[in-house]
Amino acid sequence: MEEMLTIGLSALAATLRVATPLVFCAMAGLVSERAGVIDIGLEGKMLAAAFTSASVAAVSGSALIALLAAMAMATLLGLLHGFACITHRGDQVVSGVAINIIAAGLTAVLGIHWFGRGGQTPDLPVEARFMPVFPVSATDAGAALPLRFLAEVLGGHNLLVYLAFLLVPLVWWLIGSSRFGLRLRAVGENPEVVDTAGISVEWLRYRAVMICGALCGMAGTYLAIAQNAAFTPNMTAGQGFIALAAMIFGKWRAFPALAACLLFGFLDAVAIRLQGVEIAGIGQVPVQLIQALPYILTVILLAGFIGRAVAPKAIGQPYLKER
Amino acid sequence: MSGAGRDLPGWLDAGLLPAVNVLLALLAGGLVVLLIGENPLHALAVLLRGAFGDLTALGYTLYYTTNFILTGLAVAVAFHAGLFNIGGEGQAYIGGLGIGLLLLALDRYLPAILLLPLGLVAAAAFGAAFAFVPAWLQAWRGSHVVITTIMFNFIASALMVYLMVNVLIAPGALNTESRGILPSGHLPQLHTIAAAFGFEMPATPLNLSLLWALTCCMLVYLYVWRSRWGFALRVVGHAPRAAVYAGIRPQRVTIAAMCISGALAGSVGFNEIAGVHHRLLLDFVAGYGFTGIAVALMGRNNPIGILLAALLFGTLYQGGAELAFEIPAFTREMVTVLQGFVILFSGALAYMNRPWIVRLHARLSPAREVG
Repeated sequence: MEEMLTIGLSALAATLRVATPLVFCAMAGLVSERAGVIDIGLEGKMLAAAFTSASVAAVSGSALIALLAAMAMATLLGLLHGFACITHRGDQVVSGVAINIIAAGLTAVLGIHWFGRGGQTPDLPVEARFMPVFPVSATDAGAALPLRFLAEVLGGHNLLVYLAFLLVPLVWWLIGSSRFGLRLRAVGENPEVVDTAGISVEWLRYRAVMICGALCGMAGTYLAIAQNAAFTPNMTAGQGFIALAAMIFGKWRAFPALAACLLFGFLDAVAIRLQGVEIAGIGQVPVQLIQALPYILTVILLAGFIGRAVAPKAIGQPYLKER
Repeated sequence: MSGAGRDLPGWLDAGLLPAVNVLLALLAGGLVVLLIGENPLHALAVLLRGAFGDLTALGYTLYYTTNFILTGLAVAVAFHAGLFNIGGEGQAYIGGLGIGLLLLALDRYLPAILLLPLGLVAAAAFGAAFAFVPAWLQAWRGSHVVITTIMFNFIASALMVYLMVNVLIAPGALNTESRGILPSGHLPQLHTIAAAFGFEMPATPLNLSLLWALTCCMLVYLYVWRSRWGFALRVVGHAPRAAVYAGIRPQRVTIAAMCISGALAGSVGFNEIAGVHHRLLLDFVAGYGFTGIAVALMGRNNPIGILLAALLFGTLYQGGAELAFEIPAFTREMVTVLQGFVILFSGALAYMNRPWIVRLHARLSPAREVG
């Protein structure tokens, strides 16, 4: 019993750690897609940001400067996406694919050129990383459960984890209640109306892709210099796509998307802990099945078997101002 | 989709504009080469020598080209129906699984002449079946094929890891590989055919599947441009509502297009499993499915264009490997970067250069403007 509790608490803490980059990226995708711009380039922006933050942290020794640089880099890629899709009305999916592939290639090429070591950036000292804000010492097993929960699950994380979870109500408010959010949603559903009201569709969408980029930058920074101590090639390993799935799973809304991120994070945390464990009545659950569950669940959701996921109406359509 | 502005003569729209876009992609790649302190022209020379310098190089180049023709055609067929199949990677993986399972099951009983065609059917059928699910969901449940095919790539990858680690791994094997397929399941490689005729050729992975890829080019041309089904495909792609009024059922076309696309991608397994590896293993697709997107965009979804684009990417893959070997500053990922630039300039920014070409054309041919 005691052992189960310890495993359970550590799984929950791991869930928060794993879910953090997903939350950043899901919120990023949400802002972009509610404005009508499909973003399958979350993965690439996160990867580019991870590389930028690890490189800048290695050179400058400052985690904060690294964060800012990573956000700038991901925002630039967001602007590139905007330049292709908003200004030149290119295909949004194609542009996203391009950004993913360019990021995967460039981070490896530049990493090997600058640092050698197979594209890995130098290991960072503690000062150049985001470390736990409230260092918690291990509580003794006899402590009360709420106390242990507070210490072992909620405590002991770095700044970016808390930022990610604070971001959710912020995005919820921004999209749902602010003037900017109202216009953003309008531009994603019916851009003609926004244009008729004399508001620039393009500028609104550009702001959306920039916000999206900045948030992907935080996700990449978290991966490279908070969760890990260096960048390794292709370290995002599909998490941008899991975040995309989580955003769709949350039906393009902030809190449901958060719930999906936590669910997917929990599956990941559990998958590692269930490796080779016999479960009474079921036997061994294949780890690969648990790892594939986020994708399978999203497909089932999209098929309309768990409620209905309705995308913003004008999503994917470039806006052509009528003469 | 077509950019703003006036009409252009065909050779400008289909010739000059794509050429300018590819040139921009190559220039951007050249800038990256400069950035890592190397001479782009020297790199180009090494690359070309690495891809065409001798028969070995040429064999490898054409072996890569085979895969890119197939995945490029796969993306193109779906494109003509207005669908973006990002799932070529997963479909190729599962296609390889199909042919691998068939060859492993029957290689003791059947001669090559029966076994290999059956293997090709298995590869295509598995690829098609894996594309069928996203297609059906798009046609009847309205879930977007882009998202579902992305998800299916990951599902394919998880499935393969599970099968290889738990079921298909050869007893006592150190790597996660199946047992070797017996020679009756080996697709003849070019150098063995040449040897049978008394020619000496270096050993390369190039095999008969290149002929299949070329046949596919022809078949796709006949299907898309010379058949009623292809006509329906293009109508659904260009004007889905007109298709409905014309009595075409878009759902059926969607499913057919995706299944053909999946079959084409799946037959990458014919090259990789029957032609080269002769066993099932992990990650043999190695990004060929994604490269198919760049190939299709660059080749403008046209079989001839795809053939040329596939040859270019075959050159880049083989030449890039040689480049990484000769110049330590280079890595194979340089090819990935270039691939990304091609998708960016030939795909997402395809119409960026149209306005100035239109203006240039108007200025250079004022006589026709008046007449």
